Amino acid sequence: MWKTILKRVLIMIPQLILLSMIVFILAKMMPGDPFTGLINPNSSQATINHLKHVYGLDDPVPVQYLRWVKNLLHGDFGQSYIQHVSVSSLIADRAQNTFWLSLLSTLLLYGIAIPMGIAAGKHEGEWQDRAISIFNYVTYAIPGFVFYLLGLWLFGFTLGWFPISGTVSANASGFWGVFWSRLDHMILPAILYAIIATTGTVQYLRTGIIDNKVEDYVKTARSKGVPEKVVFNKHILRNSFLPIAAFLGNTITGLLGGSMIIETVFSFPGMGKLFLDSIAQRDYTTLTALIMIYGTLTLLGNLLSDIIMSLVDPRIRVK
Amino acid sequence: MDNHQDILLDVENLHTGYRLQGKFYDAVDGVDFTLKRNEVLAIVGESGCGKSTIASSIVGLYDRKNTRVTGDIKYKNLNLVSLTDGLFDQIRGNDIGMIFQDPMSSLNPLMKVGDQVAESLLYHTKMNKGQRRARVIELFKEVGMPKPETMYDMYPHELSGGLRQRVVIAMAVACKPEIIIADEPTTALDVTIQAQILDLLKEIQKESESGIILITHDLGVVAETADEVAVMYAGQIVEKADVKTLFSHPLHPYTRSLLNSMPQSDADDEDLHVIQGTVPSLKNMPREGDRFAARIPWIPASEHEKVPVMHEVEPNHFVRCTCWKNFHFQND
Repeated sequence: MWKTILKRVLIMIPQLILLSMIVFILAKMMPGDPFTGLINPNSSQATINHLKHVYGLDDPVPVQYLRWVKNLLHGDFGQSYIQHVSVSSLIADRAQNTFWLSLLSTLLLYGIAIPMGIAAGKHEGEWQDRAISIFNYVTYAIPGFVFYLLGLWLFGFTLGWFPISGTVSANASGFWGVFWSRLDHMILPAILYAIIATTGTVQYLRTGIIDNKVEDYVKTARSKGVPEKVVFNKHILRNSFLPIAAFLGNTITGLLGGSMIIETVFSFPGMGKLFLDSIAQRDYTTLTALIMIYGTLTLLGNLLSDIIMSLVDPRIRVK
Repeated sequence: MDNHQDILLDVENLHTGYRLQGKFYDAVDGVDFTLKRNEVLAIVGESGCGKSTIASSIVGLYDRKNTRVTGDIKYKNLNLVSLTDGLFDQIRGNDIGMIFQDPMSSLNPLMKVGDQVAESLLYHTKMNKGQRRARVIELFKEVGMPKPETMYDMYPHELSGGLRQRVVIAMAVACKPEIIIADEPTTALDVTIQAQILDLLKEIQKESESGIILITHDLGVVAETADEVAVMYAGQIVEKADVKTLFSHPLHPYTRSLLNSMPQSDADDEDLHVIQGTVPSLKNMPREGDRFAARIPWIPASEHEKVPVMHEVEPNHFVRCTCWKNFHFQND
């Protein structure tokens, strides 16, 4: 198994090289350069040329590409032309914020969606199932940003139960003070996300239970005299979790990716918001770094999903 | 041999109906039979005749809300028709073992096969984990599995169809049940494996002195394995006899048609007999008169009984209706 995992990691290298080329070329093709609009319009062409030379922007593109890759490999994503800090430190801050928000959101999501999926599957066609279906249709139909804005307006502005933006209050002090303040800032976006994102998990689990409960092996289990409760938990439920396990790897690496919409609505300084901001501000160094990170996370997520599947389903072996 | 104590299961006037659009339709419509110790009783019939419904009615494996079971299924001093789920859990696997048709789907894909057999012991015996494992390995030996210790830790997908069916059989006999119900146990297997599995079933039956209800549509399997045979058509038993009598002089038109539609090795250039029409669906099943009449339209209605009942035409040979007396095939 370790051999195959190593092989899969090695296969990721050419994939990432290809991604880096595409990202770099696209960034180069975008109109303007980092100096457009930043330097004095009266600067002479000589000054601009000098600046370009200092930053290596007059070198041939392949040379620039190789330099960029070399720096990437040393963990140096370059300088943000807009924020005037290193991209690495910029991302490190944001990634942390995003990670905690995503973790809370995902835990809440599973906490809500799994009991709902089980209830719907167990009581197929009964009122519980119908109520959950209506809930699913409604939450699936509402666009995220509308739902988040409504939640923000109701619970943040009108009722004032939760802070409406940021990650931590300015006056929070001490470890626990900061901890509670951070949690307080994350609860509303996390709950709103968990409520609206349940559809997929609920439906996979519900369908899994409905499909599995009429499987022959369930009848076999009953014919052995296994009590109904055990039949459900040990035989039906375990098999029904497989489709959810199939996404778990991507869900875990996705914790660092963040949500652009929710972070923007709540002005939450995370990865998603950073991504949107760097597009708006033409912060190419940050943007290319983020795309490389997202690409790596997706590839790692797929690998992790495969490993998880091979652990929970004996029919699947990582190959 | 026919004394009362040897009767394991006594089924009387069993009706099992399924709810279709709010109404119950009987898939099994007044079935009587007994299963004796040391006996293989075969229930034969086409798909949809209600033979599997009988099996699920006996062990209570039906959807309580959409199924209606009436009549008597007497086992020991219990009537299985009115049993609660809790009591059924004690009987299933312990007193009545079941073998299903498709060994590909009747094992849980996520569990080791050994653990699946051990699960039966977990709920019916006081054995600890090590004892259960030892017993399962012993069972695997009994059902003729090679390398039983290694097999214990295998998953279903790693085994062939024949081996999986042996696992299912080991599971069914783990607690030495008095009754084994085998629902089409060889239908999904290769012909060569079929014979092995049937031999194994007979061997187990002899050793454990149990009674087997063998549900099948395959008359070859019946001839090879059964002691008593009940032929079913459209939810009712139409003929019942010991296996020799049934094959040597079948009486009911349906039994005769079935036997006639089997390929014979000595008549290879003759066309096979085809029974006209199809089995009526559950909703369109005729509830009055002879249900088989529609498929032998050349026999005049006067030959059929108004309410066909079972007649004992010779000792232990029962036939439904009187139409068999003047029955002939259409082109005879």
